[in-house]
Amino acid sequence: MNEIALMFLHWSVLVSLVTVSISILLLLYRTIKGPTNPDRAIGLDAMGITLIALAALVAIQLNTTFFNEVILLIGILAFIGTVAIAKFIEKGVIIDHDRDKS
Amino acid sequence: MRTNDLILKTTTNIIVFIILAFSFKLFLAGHNMPGGGFIGGLMTAGAIILMYLTYGLGPIKKVIRVPFTFLIALGLAIAVATGLGSFIFEQPFLSQTDGYFYLPILGKTHLATAVLFDIGVYLTVIGVTMTIILSIAEDQ
Repeated sequence: MNEIALMFLHWSVLVSLVTVSISILLLLYRTIKGPTNPDRAIGLDAMGITLIALAALVAIQLNTTFFNEVILLIGILAFIGTVAIAKFIEKGVIIDHDRDKS
Repeated sequence: MRTNDLILKTTTNIIVFIILAFSFKLFLAGHNMPGGGFIGGLMTAGAIILMYLTYGLGPIKKVIRVPFTFLIALGLAIAVATGLGSFIFEQPFLSQTDGYFYLPILGKTHLATAVLFDIGVYLTVIGVTMTIILSIAEDQ
C-alpha cells in the first residue's frame, strides 16, 4: 500500500513538473513575442508564479523542506517587480517624488 | 494629474508587515535553517522599496527618519565590535561562542554571539541597498 502511494506521488510529481515546464515555455513565448509591453509584464509575472510551483514540486521530489523560504521569496519578489514594472509602464518613473502632490 | 491608487496603497499597508515579519524570520533562522543576515536585510530593503513605490519619496522620508548611510556605518561598527569583543575574554579576533540560557517567557533558548555579527550584516545590507536605489531614484 505504502509503495503504491509512493509510486503515485513520484509519478504525479513528475507529470506536474513536465506540465509546469511546458507552461513556462508557453509563457516565455508570450514574453518574447507579446505585441505590447503589458503582455510581457503579465507573462513575466505568471512565469514567477509557475516558478513557485516548480520550486515546490522540486522540494517534494528532493524530499526537503528547505525550499519553503525560496517559495515565499519568489512570490514577494515577483510582486514587487510587477508593481515596479506596472508603475514604469503607466507613469515612466518608478519612485516619484511625492505621490500626493504630483 | 493626481492619480488614485487606493488598491495599491491598501495592499501595500498589509503586505509590508508580512514581508517585514518574513525578513525577521529569515534573519533569526540563519543559524539552523536557510536564511541569515544577508537575505533578511535584502527582504527588509524590499519592504521599504515597496513603501517607496507606493507612497513616493517625500512621505516615507518623514516616516523613516534614520538616514541609510548611517545604517551602513552602524552595521560595520557592530560587526567590528563583535570581533573586538573577543579580545576582552583573551580569545583570537572574531571568536564566537554560544550557550543555552533560561529566558523569562521563551524558556530554554540557544543564544549565540554570531547573531550579533549577523545584525551588523543585516544593517549594512539594508543601508547599501537603500542608498543605491534612492540615489538612483532622486536623480531626475
